[in-house]
Amino acid sequence: MTSADFSILLPEILLAVFAMAALLFGVYTGKDKTAPMLVWATSAVFALLALWIGLAGEGTNAAYGGMFIDDGFARFAKVVILVSAAAVLLMSETYMSRRDLLRFEYPILVALAAIGMMVMVSAGDLIALYMGLELQSLALYVVAALRRDSAKSTEAGLKYFVLGALSSGLLLYGASLTYGFAGTTEFAGIIQAAQGEIPLGLLFGLVFLFAGLAFKVSAAPFHMWTPDVYEGAPTPVTAFFATAPKMAAMGLFARLAHDAFGQITADWTQIVAFLSVASMFLGAVAAIGQRDIKRLMAYSSINHMGFALMGLAAGTAFGVQAMLVYMAIYVTMNVGTFAFILSMERDGKAVTDIRALNMFSKKEPLKALAILVLMFSMAGVPPLVGFFGKFYVLRAAVDGGMAWLAIAGVIASVIGAFYYLRIVFYMYFGEEADGMEAPMQPVAWGLLMASAAAMVFGVINLFGIEGVAAAAAATLVN
Amino acid sequence: METIILFAPLVGAILCGFGWRLIGETAAQWTATSLLFLSALLSWVVFLSFDGETQYIELFRWIESGSLSTSWAIRLDRLTAIMLIVITTVSSLVHLYSFGYMAHDENFREGESYRPRFFAYLSFFTFAMLMLVTSNNLVQMFFGWEGVGVASYLLIGFYYRKPSANAAAIKAFVVNRVGDFGFALGIFALFFMVDSIDLDVIFEASPELAQSQISFLWTDWNAANLIAVLLFIGAMGKSAQLILHTWLPDAMEGPTPVSALIHAATMVTAGVFLVCRMSPLMEYAPEAQTFIVVLGATTAFFAATVGLVQNDIKRVIAYSTCSQLGYMFVAAGVGVYSAAMFHLFTHAFFKAMLFLGAGSVIHGMHHEQDMRNYGGLRKKLPYTYWAMMIGTLAITGVGIPLTHIGFAGFLSKDAVIESAWGAMSGAGTYAFWLLVIAAMFTSFYSWRLMFLTFFGTPRGNKHTHEHAHESPMTMLVPLGVLAIGAVLSGMVWFNSFFGTHDDVNRFFGIPAHSEASAEAAGDDHGEGSADAAEGDHGAGEAVAGGWTLGSGAIYMAPDNHVMDEAHHAPTWVKVAPFVAMLIGLAFSYLFYIVNPELPKRLAQSQRPLYLFLLNKWYFDEIYDFAIVRPTKWLGGFLWRRGDGNVIDGGINGLAMGIVPFFTRLAGRAQSGYLFHYAFAMVLGIAILITWMTLGAGAE
Repeated sequence: MTSADFSILLPEILLAVFAMAALLFGVYTGKDKTAPMLVWATSAVFALLALWIGLAGEGTNAAYGGMFIDDGFARFAKVVILVSAAAVLLMSETYMSRRDLLRFEYPILVALAAIGMMVMVSAGDLIALYMGLELQSLALYVVAALRRDSAKSTEAGLKYFVLGALSSGLLLYGASLTYGFAGTTEFAGIIQAAQGEIPLGLLFGLVFLFAGLAFKVSAAPFHMWTPDVYEGAPTPVTAFFATAPKMAAMGLFARLAHDAFGQITADWTQIVAFLSVASMFLGAVAAIGQRDIKRLMAYSSINHMGFALMGLAAGTAFGVQAMLVYMAIYVTMNVGTFAFILSMERDGKAVTDIRALNMFSKKEPLKALAILVLMFSMAGVPPLVGFFGKFYVLRAAVDGGMAWLAIAGVIASVIGAFYYLRIVFYMYFGEEADGMEAPMQPVAWGLLMASAAAMVFGVINLFGIEGVAAAAAATLVN
Repeated sequence: METIILFAPLVGAILCGFGWRLIGETAAQWTATSLLFLSALLSWVVFLSFDGETQYIELFRWIESGSLSTSWAIRLDRLTAIMLIVITTVSSLVHLYSFGYMAHDENFREGESYRPRFFAYLSFFTFAMLMLVTSNNLVQMFFGWEGVGVASYLLIGFYYRKPSANAAAIKAFVVNRVGDFGFALGIFALFFMVDSIDLDVIFEASPELAQSQISFLWTDWNAANLIAVLLFIGAMGKSAQLILHTWLPDAMEGPTPVSALIHAATMVTAGVFLVCRMSPLMEYAPEAQTFIVVLGATTAFFAATVGLVQNDIKRVIAYSTCSQLGYMFVAAGVGVYSAAMFHLFTHAFFKAMLFLGAGSVIHGMHHEQDMRNYGGLRKKLPYTYWAMMIGTLAITGVGIPLTHIGFAGFLSKDAVIESAWGAMSGAGTYAFWLLVIAAMFTSFYSWRLMFLTFFGTPRGNKHTHEHAHESPMTMLVPLGVLAIGAVLSGMVWFNSFFGTHDDVNRFFGIPAHSEASAEAAGDDHGEGSADAAEGDHGAGEAVAGGWTLGSGAIYMAPDNHVMDEAHHAPTWVKVAPFVAMLIGLAFSYLFYIVNPELPKRLAQSQRPLYLFLLNKWYFDEIYDFAIVRPTKWLGGFLWRRGDGNVIDGGINGLAMGIVPFFTRLAGRAQSGYLFHYAFAMVLGIAILITWMTLGAGAE
């Protein structure tokens, strides 16, 4: 390990050291009593790292002979991952402590998952890819089953684990096929081999690798775990699932696609396009039948992943830029929405039925308005920011010569608009029902409002994210 | 100063309409009214101090799009100055009048604040109308044009609880839309041909337009003629000329001050203004001019005949307005734009006064509008009676024949009729005779109104008559001011509008464009020398003389001698309208004072004719049958079949049939069993592998 490699990897190493120190600290002092403090500390570390990576990092640096790449694209993804993870951690604290769920391992597991995700988006080698992926997944398996005394939660964790193992198997099979035909695990080597007419074995390897990643981004038809896990896992965990890991998996997807198979885009764009269409339609259609807001959000995220994949399917730098913009917007919307979902309760017990929202606007007009903005934004109603996210990926698809994909996306978004609007309908025009409360801590309230405000005011210039995303995309695709 | 004139009403409208909750109802009304009086005062200052030189005041840039470049600007020339005083004077008086008229209204519930809304609409209307007349390009004019349309719609439908008022408002709006479509097409055509919408550029290009062809609908047209006709169609809608006149009588559903302001003095004259404004173009569009003359004359005649038998006091005046507008168009059509403006100017005073007088009667008679229920009101409403008398003397054209002494209408109407004769063309002669006959009818129905209302014995509800009362001061003062205008405006400004060529040229800022015509107008001379002058110069000389077509407020082609011909009309022509007036008066006196049974007997013996007139030549019925019902049927068909069955049906079928099917399917697939999930993943990878093997770069 040279010092140069070390300095490139420093954020990940620091986070890992912090996670282990925190574990020791928790075990040897107050155990779960230290949990709130650890949550805040972890969030602070996340935020500081995000700030550091975002401001200090520059250029493209490779460590360990290309196994680990630190470039604009990785930094963009890492900032989104860390910020969203910090936000989700903060807003989950009250929810978990009130329900006696707040184990001190929780923030540590999230930190470990975050390290895995950072490695994923920086992976420059199949080995690094797998290591990051498994580090992330193992942490996530555990947090999904965090509520040990709940059958649903453990079931969710188990299902996720078994299916995750299957997907890991697929991924590893693909990786070994790729290695077999390319003769190397390095992306830089694979791209040399994967040019022009490629052997069928390499193509199979590509398909299996993509299938494994599609599982992580919960793209149809590898999405089946998503609704069950989202529903079963404690809500803060669901919120976490819906944000940072999605960004990480999409980042890895893009990196693998462009860094390793960037010369044969024509081959993999059709796979991605297929995954995109399947996800968009499945996410839109299946969500209509859902009454549970967590399951609904699961399908919503499947649908959104379909749109993000559409950017990737374009196979161009602009497509990657569109995907990054879309993911950043998606994560922001989800943070706000889950901040609200966490607060939904009736008589002190959490509710997840969307009918509980009936006439919510009468009770809490400001929050209802914020949710209205978020739902409209998710549905892609102009002039909210969500519309521009969709507009970006649609334009990328059209520019990439996939007009049919864009048309399919528009149709799917029309279908998908239904269930977002239904929530708004319940809130504003629904029938009188028992209703529910939404007591919110300042942090959650602030996140909800900030997220909604971002959807409104972001239309001015998307907070300058376009330029950053374009620069990030340019480092990946060349 | 011009900016203040233009924007004071807008400020008033905004303060009154939105701010009345803060400053109170009465204060809001006074704000709007005083701002308008300010505007009127400044307008008179501008009018009296105006030297005839066209001025441009640019406010700000508006549209920059390719070659389309537009700015908000005020074009101040004589036409604008005339319209400014007409609009602001009548509008400020109507504001004042409305204090009394709108004080109590049974169309609104106790405690409802309708008054600030009314005043705000009035002020807004005034702003839009000022925008229309001050514009320096056609798009700004169109903005004002549509603005007055909106204000008119809002005010006609002011009594929104009355279904008839709502229907009338919609009718006015829709009929105007037909005209506006023509206007818009005219603007498009001008932009297409000239590549500009600025008035000056258009005027410059007029001679060229007369030489060019434009393809429209099925064939090629002379550009100048086609554009002039299209613009005139817009004018027809706004000014309620035949074919598009049906909305005006119904518009009387609005409160009476509205009828006085919008549907008598200002908005309906916008069409006449437009034709005069476009005079450089009209001069090069002889066929369009003929069309205008014929249509104007026919309207004047048609409306006068219908006015003979109407019983609603406001409808009589409405048809009278329609008829007088026809007079104006005849004058504009034969090329004596100054006479058209003259009649517009005087008409504004006496017609507004008649309407306000009628409003005073209606107010005094507790909103009774049927003249058959009036009678003998001379004693109860003395001031109103005298005001109405002055108005009637003015509209019927009382004066001393062959001199320039008389009521306003005498001078301006005679100017129009002489101009029609002076045109020396088939259309002109047709117009001349129709206008003389219409003058007779005008006299008849105006005196009929007077006799039925103020003379004879009280008819109708006894209780109402007992409680009939004179109107308050706020309503009588405007009547008095307008009465001054109705008496004097003709005599004072006769020379400016219809005097010698030099006077008119000076007044309208038209540079003396050639020696020949200056000479022709300079002193008295026989027809022979006018003919000689005609031979002397052609159209080309006008431009060569070092001035441009747009430099005066109006333009009369060098070979346009209609005004001179009119001045030299034989005596019988000059006396004809006066005689017609006397005949009308005599018949009216006979019918309604000497022998009140006569009209009934006549109506019975000539029943078909009577019904034909009473039903306004069955225009409404024909439109209903030929246009309204087919359109409604088509609309209903497209709505129920097209929209309801095909579009909604298709979308609903998709949304409620197919999507839920897939939703159920997806729900079923989400069984909760791990092996199902795993199976789906394997299936997915199998599909992908197969696809790639078969399709992509497989070897």
